[in-house]
Amino acid sequence: MFESLSARLQGISERLRGKARITEADLDVALREIRLALLEADVNFRVVRDFVARVRERALGSDLLTGLNPGQQIVKIVHDELVEVLGGARHHLSLDARPSVLMMVGLQGSGKTTTAAKLAVRLRRDGKKPLLVAADVYRPAAVDQLVQLGDQIGVEVHTRPVGTPALEVARSGLEEARQRGVDVMILDTAGRLHVDEAMMDELVRIVGIVTPAETLLVVDAMTGQEAVRVADAFHAKLPVTGLILTKMDGDARGGAALSIRAATGLPIAFLGTGERTDGLEAFHPDRLAQRILGMGDILSFVERVQENVDHAEAEQVAQRMMENRFTLDDFRSQLNQIKKMGPIGQLLGMIPGAGQMAGAAQEAVDSGQMKRIEAIIDSMTPDERRRPEIIKASRRRRIALGSGSSTAEVNRLLKQFVEMQRMMKMISGGKMPRMGGGLGALLGR
Amino acid sequence: MFRRRRDAVEPIEAIAEPVTVARPRREQRGMGLRARPSGLGARLRSIMGAGSPATAATWDAVEEALIGADVGATTTLELVDAARTRLRADGGRSGEDARRALATEIRDRLVRVGSGRFELGDAPCVILFVGVNGTGKTTSIAKLAHRLQGEGRTLALAAADTFRAAAVEQLRIWGDQLGVPVIAQRAGADPGAVAFDAVVAAEARKLDVVLVDTAGRLQNKQQLMDELAKIRRVIERRLPDQPRHVLLVLDATTGQNGLLQAEAFSREVGVTGIILTKLDGTSKGGVALAVADRLGVPILFAGVGEEIDALAPFDPEAFVEWLFAG
Repeated sequence: MFESLSARLQGISERLRGKARITEADLDVALREIRLALLEADVNFRVVRDFVARVRERALGSDLLTGLNPGQQIVKIVHDELVEVLGGARHHLSLDARPSVLMMVGLQGSGKTTTAAKLAVRLRRDGKKPLLVAADVYRPAAVDQLVQLGDQIGVEVHTRPVGTPALEVARSGLEEARQRGVDVMILDTAGRLHVDEAMMDELVRIVGIVTPAETLLVVDAMTGQEAVRVADAFHAKLPVTGLILTKMDGDARGGAALSIRAATGLPIAFLGTGERTDGLEAFHPDRLAQRILGMGDILSFVERVQENVDHAEAEQVAQRMMENRFTLDDFRSQLNQIKKMGPIGQLLGMIPGAGQMAGAAQEAVDSGQMKRIEAIIDSMTPDERRRPEIIKASRRRRIALGSGSSTAEVNRLLKQFVEMQRMMKMISGGKMPRMGGGLGALLGR
Repeated sequence: MFRRRRDAVEPIEAIAEPVTVARPRREQRGMGLRARPSGLGARLRSIMGAGSPATAATWDAVEEALIGADVGATTTLELVDAARTRLRADGGRSGEDARRALATEIRDRLVRVGSGRFELGDAPCVILFVGVNGTGKTTSIAKLAHRLQGEGRTLALAAADTFRAAAVEQLRIWGDQLGVPVIAQRAGADPGAVAFDAVVAAEARKLDVVLVDTAGRLQNKQQLMDELAKIRRVIERRLPDQPRHVLLVLDATTGQNGLLQAEAFSREVGVTGIILTKLDGTSKGGVALAVADRLGVPILFAGVGEEIDALAPFDPEAFVEWLFAG
């Protein structure tokens, strides 16, 4: 339904081909497209106005860089400007105090409770001892939710009986955090509207009790034009230190992040992705810029792969690929690695242009196709996995029987494998087709 | 298998005391929508002052105001074009005429797709609640249950969000407070089986309505969308004309992604209407207007507060008035 900015500017590029400079008239056409694209990405309209004015200033009279057409150059200017607004340095949590209190605040349904658990997982990974405190006393079963999440991740959760006021829970939570000698206390609070004065006052009083080292505003990436007003209101009342943008695994462009950054200057601390408790990522301005522009998020993909892949094993496989010794055993171990990385659709969604593929791949997993492939390979002898060419008719029948599939399926897999080997030979022989090189060059990497 | 199913039907008796702390209560009036200073309306009034003629600058400002209300650039441009055409046809020229033309245009479009018209039809009527995470599905179910109870309907709630931690408990607490049976299985159970149990229970007890809660899911997760389609199929197989309603719960704070949500959920499970939640904030929920206009999905209810009675049948007239008020 929405065209990405790069797609929108493609048409302009066509018309401007061969021109050496961007004229004012060209620019006006392009800026209109940029304005629409940013609005469709939910960037606040006032922020868009200022932003487009700055892009105009930067673009006017700028000489064309070699290798870029005018459309690409404008995309580059927009991208650079976006990165600048989204903020250079990453926000590092200040965790010097012991215990350091991290307080989660935000509207209803933004994802505070899930994010609290994710933060606990991340901090523990960094060697900290966390305590979760369940101070959402309003939403039915919110406390249960945090307790269950705490059970899942093996982190203590401080709770009080139903009916205890939130202030009291915060107070006794802090006491327990001190007694236990934990490093970090993560305080979950109830979602509230920024215009609900009584509820906002409650947060102010909680701040008075726990003096948080970090007050993190949790914002849904799907938020529209009101993001600025919401962030302003929380920021005005509370010592907010950073933002966490949630549901980034959805297909929202996340323009709200730009709006809030531009309006409040608050740094973005983390991005929440997925419902698994390990779905909390560091924030990178250039990646979010590309997402707002609809360019995919190739780097997050690479990072996810890095975090989950067994490096020794991966290197071994790569080595074998280069030497054309890639076997079905290697293929099988790759399937395992992919599974470890989490939902494959989510992974592919991060790659520019792979959105369509994401659906198909997820379908392969869901329909059990992946399992069948594994079963077929598992039904082969070690010798067959190393030298699939020895698999003739009778071996095929045996493998089909053993894996509960048909000989046709075994045939298909073997054929696909041979095709894969052929591709690898091409790649290792340096005949790799140029893919997406233009975009990478465009963004200066 | 059958035994498990029978065991799984666990109606819960009403208990007297509330299980959570009540929030500080806020005032109510009309459809429950409160006008807020410096909202869209204030801006519109200032640009469409009664006496002054409508100019190109006026329309630019109107566009900005609608975009600021999350109506979205594409729908806004179209609405403004239509309003200008209407104004010309009516022969009006003042700012006030322009305002009226725009308001009429929006209201007519909302009414045309059937906004605010909600009928239950034959019993048992099955209503499936769908939407992305955190839009307020469970709370909306409780509110609609309360409203239907007030109309004398007998109900059951189905806890088919078996995924999110404590989602079943959340629905149970509401069931307890309302004195409505909650059909549930253990966490992690097959949501289709829960929905099936609920439908069977409703038939056996001759209940009027079954409200089915489902796990929030982002519309780009195909396997989760397939799961939702399966829940729908399970219900359909038992009762061919059901679910009568598939209600998309849409957060008024949502921006243009709301269109993608409506599009995907409509494609997968055939959305019949929208519950627009969290209209008690400063958001105008303009994306619902875009959804109604572009996808033809009516807005049926509006969530206007934390209280159990804060769910109003959507009133296009009042909505448009509120859009331009304050």
